[in-house]
Amino acid sequence: MAKITYIQHNGAEHVIDVKSGLSVMEGAVKNNVPGIDADCGGACACATCHVYVDEAWKERVGSPSAMEESMLDFAENVESNSRLSCQIKVTDELDGLIIRMPENQH
Amino acid sequence: MTESNAHIVILGAGHAGGTAAALLRQYGHAGPITMVGEEPLPPYQRPPLSKAWLKGEADAESLALKPVEFYTEAGVDFRPNLRADRLDRAARTLSLSDGSTLSYDILIIATGARPIALPLPGADLEGVLFLRSAADAEALKAAIRPGVKLAVIGGGYIGLEAAASGRALGAEVVVIERETRLLARVACEELSSFFQAYHEKRGVTFVLGASAAGFTGEGGRLNGVTLTDGRTLACDAALLGVGAAPNDEIARAAGLPCDRGIVVDLEARTADPAIFAIGDVALRPLPLYDRMHRLESVPNALEQAKQAACSITGRPPPAPEVPWFWSDQYDLKLQIAGLPFDADRRIVRGDPTQAKFAIFHLKGEQLQAVEAVNAPPEFMAGRQFIQNRKPISPEKLADPAISMKEVGA
Repeated sequence: MAKITYIQHNGAEHVIDVKSGLSVMEGAVKNNVPGIDADCGGACACATCHVYVDEAWKERVGSPSAMEESMLDFAENVESNSRLSCQIKVTDELDGLIIRMPENQH
Repeated sequence: MTESNAHIVILGAGHAGGTAAALLRQYGHAGPITMVGEEPLPPYQRPPLSKAWLKGEADAESLALKPVEFYTEAGVDFRPNLRADRLDRAARTLSLSDGSTLSYDILIIATGARPIALPLPGADLEGVLFLRSAADAEALKAAIRPGVKLAVIGGGYIGLEAAASGRALGAEVVVIERETRLLARVACEELSSFFQAYHEKRGVTFVLGASAAGFTGEGGRLNGVTLTDGRTLACDAALLGVGAAPNDEIARAAGLPCDRGIVVDLEARTADPAIFAIGDVALRPLPLYDRMHRLESVPNALEQAKQAACSITGRPPPAPEVPWFWSDQYDLKLQIAGLPFDADRRIVRGDPTQAKFAIFHLKGEQLQAVEAVNAPPEFMAGRQFIQNRKPISPEKLADPAISMKEVGA
């Protein structure tokens, strides 16, 4: 279990307890947190679950796979801390993680 | 009554219906929402049923769109195991299969599509299966074991995904396709040949240009499939994946215009202003292609759920999206953006023998569609080119040494 803070582009915060083993995307979508669309349900096929990982957490979250990187490369408003949230597996070590969302996913 | 306290009834609890319920709450609809579903489960994702779920890599909890508590917490009255048998538009009521009547102010029809059942002799034998619902997938999963002979009728995406999963589980798989190539309705020839070779290399056998004529069995259990060319192939299980038909009968009987699907506009509204139709059941405008089309895909279900929810809650309509699709087979990620309507030229970029390539469908210098295999940049950039209607140089596109960013520059 990890407590994750999802911050929408408009500043609204959602603090959610997410079970280990789920993805950061699933933690948001299954709790109706707006801002992550995840059209493909986590298949790394659509780049509509783009998030920014809080700088303090970047290292612990890890870096994207080559497939994820090439998807991100064409998403909008990509930054050095951009990730696809369907590719971040939640573990106990991510307790306290802070995630920010882009203005839109399409 | 203002629309904000209107009773919204969502008929169908699939990906489209479930998403509409969630978005209506997200967008602030305060009135009651009732969601009627034919299956026992709350809305879940169907795509993994032929992929990760079939292979045992996903569980029921991960399939669910939202945990079941969500609907209670969000004030969505989810009513499973129920069908609507009749729609009375004048009275604004639905007659449900338990004999009750449900009134609505606004109705969203999200009844989806069903697998086409071929009226073949022996089709009722135990072992003849479909793949649409979680219950179907459960039966298929139970039937596939190492050494089992699985006959897949239909070489479309469902059939090929099930074939790949079947091989991963150790089954012997034969795919029977009526057309002379796989994916004939939905993909170009280059892609058909590529997928056929890839599957053959992994032990799948194909019978092309032949249809199933019937099934044979013993003691009520399937033991073979008879082909139109007279042959009989032994099998322990048969999966029928020959396409789907929209569940639009209830709308049709109520006099709503239908044409292989319920006709809707860009707000997902039918000819009746109080009724919307979304997802696989809807025949919708595709503004980028200037035509009506019925799409069977999750992105379409989501897009139309959003259109309906925006319209009902008074939000501006969302921008039209490029239709897209994906399929996972073995280690292949196929991503398709757009539809190849009116395309007059195909360009292959990359190397199919390396299982990393994309096929672009152009109408003049306008990109209509891209089919990308293990090629996310081609898919992502292609989707943007289709959306922006930007003229593209076919020569640059054909040269893999020029990056997709440069192609679009």
